[in-house]
Amino acid sequence: MSTRSPAVNRIVGTGIAVRGNDIDTDRIIPARYMKVVTFDGLGEYAFRDVRYDESGVMTVHPFNEPAYRDAAILIVNKNFGCGSSREHAPQALMRWGIRAIVGESFAEIFAGNCNALGIPAVSADEEAVESLMRGVELDPSARIEVDLVARQVRCGEASYPLDFAETYRQSLLTGNWDSTAVLLANREAIEATASLLPYVRGFSA
Amino acid sequence: MSENLFNRVWDLHTVTTLPTGQDQLFIGLHLIHEVTSPQAFQMIEERGLEVLYPQRTIATVDHIVPTDNQERPFADPLAEHMMQALEQNTKRHGIEFFDLTTEHQGIVHVVGPELGATQPGMTIACGDSHTSTHGAFGAIAFGIGTSQIRDVLATQCLAMARPRVRRIQVNGTLAPGVSAKDIILRIIADLGVKGGIGYAYEYGGGAIDALSMEGRMTVCNMSIEGGARVGYVNPDDTTFEYLRGRRYAPRGEAFDRAVGWWRSLASGPDAEYDDVYELDASSLEPMVTWGINPGQAISVSERMPRVESLPPDAREVAASAYRHMGFDDGSPIAGTKISVAFIGSCTNARISDLREAARIAEGKSVSPGVRAFVVPGSKQVALQAQQEGLPDVFERAGFQWRAAGCSMCLAMNADKLEGREICASSSNRNFIGRQGSPTGRTLLMSPAMVAAAAIAGEVTDVRRLAATTVS
Ligand code: SF4
Repeated sequence: MSTRSPAVNRIVGTGIAVRGNDIDTDRIIPARYMKVVTFDGLGEYAFRDVRYDESGVMTVHPFNEPAYRDAAILIVNKNFGCGSSREHAPQALMRWGIRAIVGESFAEIFAGNCNALGIPAVSADEEAVESLMRGVELDPSARIEVDLVARQVRCGEASYPLDFAETYRQSLLTGNWDSTAVLLANREAIEATASLLPYVRGFSA
Repeated sequence: MSENLFNRVWDLHTVTTLPTGQDQLFIGLHLIHEVTSPQAFQMIEERGLEVLYPQRTIATVDHIVPTDNQERPFADPLAEHMMQALEQNTKRHGIEFFDLTTEHQGIVHVVGPELGATQPGMTIACGDSHTSTHGAFGAIAFGIGTSQIRDVLATQCLAMARPRVRRIQVNGTLAPGVSAKDIILRIIADLGVKGGIGYAYEYGGGAIDALSMEGRMTVCNMSIEGGARVGYVNPDDTTFEYLRGRRYAPRGEAFDRAVGWWRSLASGPDAEYDDVYELDASSLEPMVTWGINPGQAISVSERMPRVESLPPDAREVAASAYRHMGFDDGSPIAGTKISVAFIGSCTNARISDLREAARIAEGKSVSPGVRAFVVPGSKQVALQAQQEGLPDVFERAGFQWRAAGCSMCLAMNADKLEGREICASSSNRNFIGRQGSPTGRTLLMSPAMVAAAAIAGEVTDVRRLAATTVS
């Protein structure tokens, strides 16, 4: 088994904006599409309930627009991904084609789940997000670059600073975002730590 | 000044600091269920890895189980498929599985504590965001995603950055008819649904000390709804008495030694925190949500907020909440007609919750046109309720009494809202579509308030209904 996941430094692609604060994981992927034992095929259910109305008719939603079909960078507002721990949410976005998310802020478990898939969920301030959103809404073919090395997001001439937890940044830059191998490499230390915990020792005298 | 429990427990479980700067944290108890684990088992098998500590892992089935007919194979082939996957995975890896044939099946966050598997000073992980529930025992308990379940299965560890700790000091005494659910809904309403991001919440103060373990679990359960991945209460005599004699709790002298260690972990009066928030419990009233996130909650006697009275960054979400709910801003929440009443979920389906609801329902009738369900949190809760005659009380009043599971908390089984139904629910999330209908509507409240709403056919102050019972 390889010990490293591929390094993630820069993601370049077209963008797609989903506006709104507090967009929860139930909206990103409704629970009824989680009755599956693999993540394959989840992409088509991303935002399912807001993409179709009650009678199954397609609504106006960026994920329905052909112009955004190849988008790789999702732009969102505040507290994106709040709610459930379901990795089905970032999995659905990833399988739809998303490779980076730029937002004003993210729910914690969601951001961690994204990182575990090698998808940076990075923050930019309100103005930057607004102009990125406007940029991709005016021109779906506009190229956006999320540069983790320089901690910048760029769109055309404009460039904005990114705020991103240094631990996540390092894990992506060094290709350690898939943490299993990294953790398992310390197997002796794991056992040593466990052996000192009173409850692991059965509270023996 | 001294360390708080969170930092003590974190330090004890830190294996090493990783090159990313994250800590490698040993996980003392891993709880798994059918929805978020199958892909994780597949990932470790693809890599030729084993489960490192199967003896520190416990499985149950809750999200997809039908609550009416539980005969196998399940009527829903997808649910049956998930069930079989968990059966095979636990068998192959030597993990104890409390399935439907045992007396300990139920919602994972109800089952862990009642087995005594959840203990103070542990780190606990589960692929479910309400894992924070277990913090009620003075454990550090995280909800994790499936890739992290893979990590815990294969290494019994997580790569995590240490959060800050906020003390939430709840002073005073709760008035009659006001419960743990009202405390946590108030906290989330005050601090906001993202107020806890980056924090672990330590709940303490007179009102928390006075709560039973079940009440503390209700509070910790909804920490995540306030953005905090972890919520906990320092262990005390209430905790130790709850654990004594339970299946996985230490016994005899080992129990006494355990109590000594557990006590030593608790934050002292001089413990340091990154932040402190205070709340007066005696001013609380029963709470109800009016919107589409758990922070959109008010006292039952209040009116729904005017959009323009809210802070600018809350207005857009409030406006979409009013659009979805079909309510007018400024109207009172009391008197809102309901079509469904759901008493269940890992927030409020333990025995004390059912007792409180039964007390309200006793000798009354569910309002015509309201579908009302009671779904116990676990088989043990159901058995205890049967011994106390609660199913009869509920059924005589017109509630349906069901088998244990998550049920209409997230509607992955057949229990769902239809169309635009409005549900008074004792669960934890009022997100759009959460209860199975994309246009369905959810009002969160305490189980006693749900029972009162079922009987009145509308949102009503449970204290008023209780008062009429007495007279
Ligand atoms: S009862 Fe609801 S919140 Fe709790 S574990 Fe089940 S689905 Fe999740």
